[in-house]
Amino acid sequence: MGTLFTNMEQVVAVILFGIGLCTLLLQKNLIKKIIGFDIMDTAVYLFLTAQGYIDGRKPPIVVDGVQSVEAYINPIPSGLVLTGIVVSVSVSAVMLALTIRLYRKYHTLDLDEIIELSKKEEN
Amino acid sequence: MEFIKNFPFFSIVLCMISATISSVLSGKNAKRLSMFVVSAVGIMSALVLYYVVQTGESFVYLMGHHAAPWGNELRVGVLEGLMAFFFSIIMMLSLLGGMKQIFKDISEKKLNLYFIMIDLLLASLLALIYTNDLFNAYVFIEINTLAACGLIMSKQNGRTLVGTMKYMVMSLVGSGLILFGLSVLYGVTGHLLMPNIKESVLALTASGQYRVPVLMTIAMVTVGLAIKSALYPFHNWLPDTYSYGTPTSSALLSSLVSKSYIFLLIKIVYRVVGFDVIAGSGILNIFFVFGLAGMIMGSVRALAQNDIRKMIAYSSVAQIGYIYMGIGLGTKVGMYAAVFHIMSHAASKALLFISSNGLSLASGNGKEFADLRGAGYRNKLAGFGFMVGSLSMVGIPLFAGFISKLNFALGAFESPAKLMPTLLCLAISTLLNAGYFIRAVIVLYTPVAKAEQPENLYKRDYSFIVSVVCFVILNFVLGMFSGPIMEAIRSGLNMFA
Repeated sequence: MGTLFTNMEQVVAVILFGIGLCTLLLQKNLIKKIIGFDIMDTAVYLFLTAQGYIDGRKPPIVVDGVQSVEAYINPIPSGLVLTGIVVSVSVSAVMLALTIRLYRKYHTLDLDEIIELSKKEEN
Repeated sequence: MEFIKNFPFFSIVLCMISATISSVLSGKNAKRLSMFVVSAVGIMSALVLYYVVQTGESFVYLMGHHAAPWGNELRVGVLEGLMAFFFSIIMMLSLLGGMKQIFKDISEKKLNLYFIMIDLLLASLLALIYTNDLFNAYVFIEINTLAACGLIMSKQNGRTLVGTMKYMVMSLVGSGLILFGLSVLYGVTGHLLMPNIKESVLALTASGQYRVPVLMTIAMVTVGLAIKSALYPFHNWLPDTYSYGTPTSSALLSSLVSKSYIFLLIKIVYRVVGFDVIAGSGILNIFFVFGLAGMIMGSVRALAQNDIRKMIAYSSVAQIGYIYMGIGLGTKVGMYAAVFHIMSHAASKALLFISSNGLSLASGNGKEFADLRGAGYRNKLAGFGFMVGSLSMVGIPLFAGFISKLNFALGAFESPAKLMPTLLCLAISTLLNAGYFIRAVIVLYTPVAKAEQPENLYKRDYSFIVSVVCFVILNFVLGMFSGPIMEAIRSGLNMFA
């Protein structure tokens, strides 16, 4: 039990990841699916940032000359998070654009309904 | 000769630059640029392959001249060179074969966007092949997914949009799992480069520390990659995406995109986790079981299809099952067979998609078997191509598919516990394969009275002819001269370890 509380950020991240994954897979509504995806990715970023944080140290931004290594937190996870954010923003943008196309064509956001409607039309 | 070491990097960057330039070009010019880029990449990869075979050892290319634990690296061995060369050949031929159809299916204003996606797809494929850095691999997995989505939805009818949505959802689940797995792995080992991670993982397994987290990350990454490459229970996005897009897209998706993930998986098995660790963890058994299930179920579903392209798509599910079965055998020969099957499946499946397009054109755009009767007489070359592809998939000697099936069986003999199920499923699946492919070929060569014939829309198309002929030759070469290729795969996989 104790380890769960000392690693609270990681625990929360895993729970959020699960919530996001389930939302992405199980929700029928396309917008909710996208929200689920964003929650899932953000959970991973929380996990990564928590991994890189070292208690009592400063962010790795050099303001007045480089201090010793001991002064800063681990910068690599932060870099990974930045890269990851770029990726998830572009994926969300593509998903949203696709949702708009589907909504214009079928006038619904329910994926099951959309699949049914698309099966009826000629291809 | 030293200069050749730069080529892997050049080919990735060349693709990305030309994708950027294509955004301001007209469709025709974008096409020319893409063709140029794909052939340039092919030539460069051939040189890289030649260089690595000559020197007999792999090399590491430092990006930005930062040494090992910090910098980003590309790593090139025989297998990487072979795959890059082979992938660019398949890409070139698929583009040639479907070129007319691309120009028909896509509105002229958006044509250049299609070729941007082709360039980006090639860039990400190459990066996935060459990269030595796991986070880099994640980023290029996402680029690959987005480019593939662009290729699927390029036809812009309802079915392709829905197919893209399904594909997107499943691959996001997969890449989410991969990303989370990589984050945990970074937390446990503190590295992102493959050799460094492997060192830590081996040390951790030896000391018994962090057993559960390491096992969990391996499971997450491998399951994520399995979802993205449509291993059997996760395949339901596949038929929609493969059967409604423009034929080039279907050919590229089935023969290259899903294969690149499998290649990355093999790379992770050898270079990140270590073959012995993963064989001891039992994950390979899971692959084995799902692979067998995919081999049978994919073929059964294919048997029930009425649409020729859906049939080919379901057959892809079965073939992916073969590859995972080969990996799951946990023996060296099984792995060689899996890598060889990546190539033989790519060559025959792309041929099937391209020639099925020629056949349905010759039948007034019909895709159902009822419309396709006698199509083999109306478009002789496409009929011949389809027949060669089918025979190769069934595993008739002389063709590529036979060699991979032979090697799968040989691989099974090294692992006695898995011998019986493997041989049994190989036999059943081959029978089923023969069932649906031979049925298709018979339908194609059933004579139809002149009056009942549908309108023949096929006009002489030289790029189509070149593409089908080259694919047929490629299938023969893979089937007849498999010795040197198997030798290259063997030395490449030995370099991995």
